[in-house]
Amino acid sequence: MTEAGAVELTGVHKRFGDVHALDGIDLEVGGGEFVSLIGPSGCGKSTLLRIVADLEQPTDGEVLVGGKPPRRARLDQDYGIAFQQAGLLEWRTVAENVELPLHVHGIGRAERRARATELLELVGLAEFAGSRPSELSGGMQQRVAIARALAPSPKLLLMDEPFGALDEMTRERMQAELLRIARETGAGVLFVTHSIPEAVVLSDRVVVMSPRPGRITEIVDGCRLGRGMAAGGAGGAGGVGKDSAGEAAELGPADVEDVRESGTFFAAITAVREALRKGHE
Amino acid sequence: MAGRTRALLTAVAAFVLLVAVWELVKLVVPDEGVLLGDTRVLPRTDDAAMPHVWTVLARLAEPEVAGAAAGRTVGAAVASGALFTLGLAMGGLLLGGVLGVLLALAMQRSGLLERAALPYVVASQTVPLIAIAPLVAGWGGRIAILGWSWQPWASVMVISSYLAFFPIAVGMLRGLTSPARADVELFTALAAGWWTTLLRLRLPASVPHLVPAVRLAAAAAVVGAIVAEISTGTRGGIGRLIIEYAQSATGDPSRMYTAILGAAVLGLVAAGAVGLLDVVLRRYRGSVS
Repeated sequence: MTEAGAVELTGVHKRFGDVHALDGIDLEVGGGEFVSLIGPSGCGKSTLLRIVADLEQPTDGEVLVGGKPPRRARLDQDYGIAFQQAGLLEWRTVAENVELPLHVHGIGRAERRARATELLELVGLAEFAGSRPSELSGGMQQRVAIARALAPSPKLLLMDEPFGALDEMTRERMQAELLRIARETGAGVLFVTHSIPEAVVLSDRVVVMSPRPGRITEIVDGCRLGRGMAAGGAGGAGGVGKDSAGEAAELGPADVEDVRESGTFFAAITAVREALRKGHE
Repeated sequence: MAGRTRALLTAVAAFVLLVAVWELVKLVVPDEGVLLGDTRVLPRTDDAAMPHVWTVLARLAEPEVAGAAAGRTVGAAVASGALFTLGLAMGGLLLGGVLGVLLALAMQRSGLLERAALPYVVASQTVPLIAIAPLVAGWGGRIAILGWSWQPWASVMVISSYLAFFPIAVGMLRGLTSPARADVELFTALAAGWWTTLLRLRLPASVPHLVPAVRLAAAAAVVGAIVAEISTGTRGGIGRLIIEYAQSATGDPSRMYTAILGAAVLGLVAAGAVGLLDVVLRRYRGSVS
């Protein structure tokens, strides 16, 4: 890997008063790598994401985002973020919501429009550019939120249970969608989730965390498809299902469906489940 | 558009109903009212207490000074008084609106200021207007700004703004703090400063709270202006007319009702003006939840 890692965490601790939320987290996310954080409620996985996003300050330890302190990275718009709720602004059209990050940073109207059109194309909502957010379904709103997060062309996407509020079918479609987007943009992703299958199907690596105080119990290789481009083999060593990663062709929902039915998928799920159980003991 | 027409029709129907009830009471209840022992449970309904609606309307067209055929009519006097008061009330609304919005912005910016100021903002409205009016008029008499000496109408405007600022300050504060925590965090993550967050998030989000607040404030400004005119003795407005006409109520009861009618129409016009604001800001009119 030539560039600095997307995220580097060294000995990160976080306390909220008496509550010890995070305890000695060491983690590195490579450029273009997809890493999921999974663990029981209250294990501090969202807190960890928020520390990377500079929405929360670590009590101790060092955090680097693209080689910079998180505050600098936030001010430079090096990352895009999406939450569980799409959080679209109702008085703006879909396109204007996607433009928001650019609007905030005073980018000209024409350039904003062009970028929004491009991004809505990417998430397959081009014909809804002029609609109001409330006219869209939950899954569509979440796709708009992802397009918004991608607007400043960040090298890193931070996602806090973005599909948590969606039904199972929509959720699986969105996962395939996200894999395609991650491949097309080459962005690294740090992804918080409750769902073991979701973590396994999306990720290069699944980081399993223990209940409070949050520690990393184990890191399991996931089944991510279509890592393709930049990473080569330098990322997570020898991930399962990497054999199909060489295909440069289209990455469709059917391919993701194949992964969900493969033996490596179930093996990885079992590995994550056992790691989670171990953390509880 | 259909909704608007229906709202208008309903308002007209309600007015007709009110007139009908008024006349019905006059017809059914005896002139002396209804007495239970010594207690009057229904009011007098003779022409001195409750003149016919058409008498009141006819009085509008008669000259203000009896016998002086060349003088202006009662209707013209009421209209010019109402217009004068409307001007002062709208001035008070504007002044109160600016103060209220600035206060709300300051309170949103600083939690300490909100905790310190909000109780006094609320307390300000419990002080009777009648007590404040002479005070303001008294201070005003000693003020001269750049050669412009304080006029009595300026006192009326200030007193009117004193009533109008309250709903706007409270509604605006509520609106500014209405965005969800996640929305505010999104703006933080986008590295947006306080000003950008205000412009792109808090102000648009406050519109659904602000419009009803301004409507309340407009009504309060009208009441404030009328009361202020009466208690400072300012001439030219509807408040003064109400007092003047009330003094002649025993001889000419319908005249007093023309002034009251004028005040009521004045309030409706003020509220209607706020409706325009609602139309202009339609884009931001979301649900308040």
